Amino acid sequence: MSVVAENLRWGVKRKTIVSDVSLTVAPGETLGLIGPNGSGKSSLLRLLAGLRKPLSGRVEINGRDIAQIPRKVLSRQVAFVQQSAATDTNVTVRDVVRLGRTPHRSALAGWSEPDETAVAHALDRVDMTSRRAQPWQTLSGGERQRVHIARALAQTPQVMFLDEPTNHLDIHHQIEILRMVRDLDLTSVIALHDLNLAAMFCDRILVLEAGVLRACGTPDAVLTQAILRDVFRVTAHVSGSPDAGRPHIRFSSE
Amino acid sequence: MASVASEGRTVRLALFLCLSLIVLAFAVAAATAIGDYNIGLGTVFLSVTNELGLTGAEIAPIEQSVVWNLRLSRALVAALAGAGLAICGAILQALLRNTLAEPFVLGVSAGASTGAVCVIVLGIGAGSLSLSLGAFAGAFAAFALVALLSNGATSGPNHTILAGVAASQLFNALTSYIVTTSGNAQQARDVMFWLLGSFGGVRWPDFQLLLVVVIVSLSVCIWMARSLDAFTFGDEDAAALGVPVARIRLVLFGVTALLTATVVSMVGAIGFVGLVVPHAARYVVGPLHLRLLPACAMVGAVFMVVADIASRVIAAQQTVPIGVVTALVGVPFFAIILYQARPQS
Ligand SMILES: Nc1ncnc2c1ncn2[C@@H]1O[C@H](COP(=O)(O)OP(=O)(O)OP(=O)(O)O)[C@@H](O)[C@H]1O
Ligand SMILES: [Mg+2]
Repeated sequence: MSVVAENLRWGVKRKTIVSDVSLTVAPGETLGLIGPNGSGKSSLLRLLAGLRKPLSGRVEINGRDIAQIPRKVLSRQVAFVQQSAATDTNVTVRDVVRLGRTPHRSALAGWSEPDETAVAHALDRVDMTSRRAQPWQTLSGGERQRVHIARALAQTPQVMFLDEPTNHLDIHHQIEILRMVRDLDLTSVIALHDLNLAAMFCDRILVLEAGVLRACGTPDAVLTQAILRDVFRVTAHVSGSPDAGRPHIRFSSE
Repeated sequence: MASVASEGRTVRLALFLCLSLIVLAFAVAAATAIGDYNIGLGTVFLSVTNELGLTGAEIAPIEQSVVWNLRLSRALVAALAGAGLAICGAILQALLRNTLAEPFVLGVSAGASTGAVCVIVLGIGAGSLSLSLGAFAGAFAAFALVALLSNGATSGPNHTILAGVAASQLFNALTSYIVTTSGNAQQARDVMFWLLGSFGGVRWPDFQLLLVVVIVSLSVCIWMARSLDAFTFGDEDAAALGVPVARIRLVLFGVTALLTATVVSMVGAIGFVGLVVPHAARYVVGPLHLRLLPACAMVGAVFMVVADIASRVIAAQQTVPIGVVTALVGVPFFAIILYQARPQS
């Protein structure tokens, strides 16, 4: 499914947080979203996922304006992994992943075979099968993050929005999760802070600065020294890698 | 394997519900038998079957009347009130994402007492029906204020809790103002007694009304149980799982307000049941609402009937207000929750 946004604008009071962003994500494509803290990545993702109403502009998923699609129907196709989500409730890993089936179940429907398959599969994808009975409260930060990703997978979405999904993850799981998202047959938009990971796993990268789209294109077109200097205020050395079109960035301490 | 685990839980819930139904039946029977003068369980049973037209046993008319007209209706109202308050507690704890939420956080009991005081002290209307009506009107006035202050309950949980605190303070102040400026000592005592709760005056019509309200509310809540589960990680997360957050919040706040107001207007503001029972039920059946809500209803019902018995036998020749009994049991439990919820250092 494709994701198209036209002239999205959102803000609070007199402050504009996302200004006039347009983008297109082709079916199956992985788009990276990068930008400094507070540049509006999370806000843009919420707009794309339909969790916030834009002040103007519109989002289309698979050619349909999401403002016209009922929440529940939308959630069968679109999953959203928050930057951080916590709870005081005493739930197990399995309970949390089962929540991902919510949009697929009617109010009183029993637990079906497809539900079970989706949950088992999702737990397996994030290496959490053996811990499915563990209380959520006792998980480490990275394990929690993986459970949230499993829950999104259990939604069996065709479009996935992930807000810094590699936060708290060790390097193995960072690469594992991003590889999985890339290889899954779904359209995804991922906010990331690690520029090298973005270069490795994203088909295209979008750079936000103070809510404004600064650049959008293939990793080697976007991750240039000039943009790194202007947007991220760092001096960096960008070198080509054996992977064509996937630059490698080395930061310099001067 | 996993589905076996889930079947195991379902079996456990079914067992638990059956067991608590039996316990409830015994508790109601005991509540009917025990009183100023005790009536044998056999007589209680035959009186009930006589009234239902199943038997024609010879029983002293006075005993039959006490069982049927006074004690059985009272015990059943107690059961429904307990169930209702416990359900409201569970719903509000989930919606407000606060383990210490209870049916009165939305200001309903404060509003009800203001309404009741208007009737008792200012003498607006008279008789027990208008007392209930006054309490009900007050309860809904308070809830309307909370809904208004928290944007139709669409702003976050903390905002709603604060609005509830504000409304409670306002209505409690109004109650005190009316009692201190207009009431005499006897009226102050009546008000105090009413606030602490009593099953003294309830009769069959109360039972019928409460039965309808509890069944309707419980059905609506169970219908929305899955959506309630989705609130585990907050409003935005629930929305991402396809839950129409604003609508669910408003409907469930409305239902809990209606249920609480009905209970409070009949039997007064009985505290702690709504706070304690959901936590106890969660220990047994887990946090998922499709199981939790029926379990809460049963535990709440048993708890309240037993508390009602206790309130009549603790002190000879006197009825201790039911709110005092529930608090005597509730406070130690509350202390345990507080202890467990303390920040981990
Ligand atoms: N509801 C809100 N009210 C006021 N300001 C907000 C609101 N939501 C976001 N902002 C502000 O908008 C800006 C963008 O926030 P956003 O969370 O989208 O940034 P981000 O790019 O995801 O940052 P980070 O990399 O730190 O996650 C921030 O300056 C934030 O303070
Ligand atoms: Mg962010």
